[in-house]
Amino acid sequence: MKSNRPSWKPDGLLIYAAMYLTFIYLPVLFLPLFSFNSSTYITFPLKDFTLKWYDKMINSPDMHQALFNSIKVGMVVAILSTIFGLLAAKAVTRYRLKGRGPLVSFIMIPLVIPEIILAISLLILISQAEIPLSLWTVGFSHLLLCIPFSMLILISRMEGFDKSLEEAAMDLGENAWMTFWRVTFPIVLPGIVASLLLTFTISFDEFVLAFFLSSTDPTLPIYIWSSLRFPTKIPAILALGASIFVVSFFVVSFAEWLRRRGVKLEPTSGI
Amino acid sequence: MNQLQEYDMSQDAIISFHDVSKSFGDVKAINGANFEIQRGEFFALLGPSGCGKTTLLRMVAGFEIPDSGEISIDNQPMSGTPPNLRPVNMVFQNYAIFPHMDVRGNIAFGMRKSGLSKTELHRRIDETLELIKLQGYGKRRADELSGGQRQRVALARALIKQPKVLLLDEPLGALDKKLREQMQIELRQLQQQVGITFLFVTHDQEEALTLSDRIAVMTEGHVMEIASPAQLYENPSSRFVADFIGSMNFFPGEVTKSENGKLSISTDSMGEIDIPASNSEYADRSPVWVAIRPEKLKPVFTAPGDLSNVMQGVMGPSAYLGDRSHFYVHLSKREEPVLVALQNLERSIDQLRGPNQKVWLKWSTDALVVLPRD
Repeated sequence: MKSNRPSWKPDGLLIYAAMYLTFIYLPVLFLPLFSFNSSTYITFPLKDFTLKWYDKMINSPDMHQALFNSIKVGMVVAILSTIFGLLAAKAVTRYRLKGRGPLVSFIMIPLVIPEIILAISLLILISQAEIPLSLWTVGFSHLLLCIPFSMLILISRMEGFDKSLEEAAMDLGENAWMTFWRVTFPIVLPGIVASLLLTFTISFDEFVLAFFLSSTDPTLPIYIWSSLRFPTKIPAILALGASIFVVSFFVVSFAEWLRRRGVKLEPTSGI
Repeated sequence: MNQLQEYDMSQDAIISFHDVSKSFGDVKAINGANFEIQRGEFFALLGPSGCGKTTLLRMVAGFEIPDSGEISIDNQPMSGTPPNLRPVNMVFQNYAIFPHMDVRGNIAFGMRKSGLSKTELHRRIDETLELIKLQGYGKRRADELSGGQRQRVALARALIKQPKVLLLDEPLGALDKKLREQMQIELRQLQQQVGITFLFVTHDQEEALTLSDRIAVMTEGHVMEIASPAQLYENPSSRFVADFIGSMNFFPGEVTKSENGKLSISTDSMGEIDIPASNSEYADRSPVWVAIRPEKLKPVFTAPGDLSNVMQGVMGPSAYLGDRSHFYVHLSKREEPVLVALQNLERSIDQLRGPNQKVWLKWSTDALVVLPRD
């Protein structure tokens, strides 16, 4: 950044940036706005201030069930995909693997396969195997989708720290398992947190796979989609959306704080 | 001085290599290493990069497994023993200080299973901090330490384990010149203080000469020669060693007569020379190199009266290095100039600055080294 530039000058780039932020956040801000509006219909002008939609949200067992389903699937998927991602990242970065390149690209392919294709092929497979559709099948498909993300995050974290730290731990008398717990794990922890957050989020708002592979027990996106047919249900969904938005804001801030703490722990490359 | 101590091989070996070989793919990293390191020695593995010295060190630590052969530490064969169970500790090239722990945490890392009480452990850590002169640094984190301090922590972390052998991988490579020279002295003192065998890897011949009791000179997976620094410098056994350690002028020659402990050699630039040779391994007419170190050639700028053991030449380019000057001398019968090193004992060195000046180089027969030439 050049310091001798005038600090503020309305130029094209600045206008572009302002418009960009507006387009992202303005629609999101409608969520809390209308969630406090007493009219059932989501139109301007606004009517009275109300908390009844929040009351409705709190007293809607269906919605709770869907939210709980999504959280349950999201947490299981986040934990499992992070564990698999960590193991894979360790294998890829720490051992002389034959055919490492092709293997990694093969695992990464789900990132670029359209979800709808993945959903259809999984549906065919699962119905052929006569496995009943349930949250388990949804979770399985989310796991497939999330592992590549975990791997990407954790491989870069593992590559970023010096292999000789692990060798030093072994040299100082620790076996492979304790070396992992005392050295590898604390150093890759920021990556693990990032992987947990990202995969949870992916699973939490994933629609296509969940739509194809769930049965009568919906996840939250499926519940919201099916509620759109009933206009009276929509304001309560806005209230839920606003609540989730606030929670995410705090979670992301916390993760960012953790990450910055992690940067301080970054091994300086030495030579 | 340690360097003059005589070592009786087989007496008290702390590490022994028996026909150790190791390949990475098609590259033979170590080709039949067969030697011993004595208890209490400061031993250097010296060679150009890619010569296999680090591989050898890592095999002692257990990070690489030999393809064949056996490494024994204190008479215990080490095949199948993982790094965490070997009685050796290593100072890594980049020191590998754990970034998520402070200095005390790093030093205590290997003591988890030591069975020491907390107070005893703290006392030991304090002692070790004192040994490496880092009292008061216990709470510092890795990123708050300088390069030299990191090295001390790496040393402390290994030494507190009281290993049978301390392994050091290019221990001074990451430090600047001044600090390196200071650490050389300190390392040497430290080794004598703790009495542990030090095995270290370096590509820096000066570092190896300064620190070691004995040096193994390696190239392309072979150990070329193992000897004390003085022996390697003054009496190398091959052209490679003579060339790798310090600088050397080589003159091709041919043995004309070999008898009664005396070698007569005919060379183009040095003329006919007679050298007392203890071992008459050279037959008549065998090709040899006659070699002499640059500082053992004495330049004179007026024609000497006695022309035996004298070469005449013309001054070439020179370089002023502060404590000494290097200059090249062109000989008539030789394309490659001869390198001469001269201590700058006086402040005026103007006489060296004139190229194309006539110069006579004198040598003493003692200074000559005869090496086989194929």
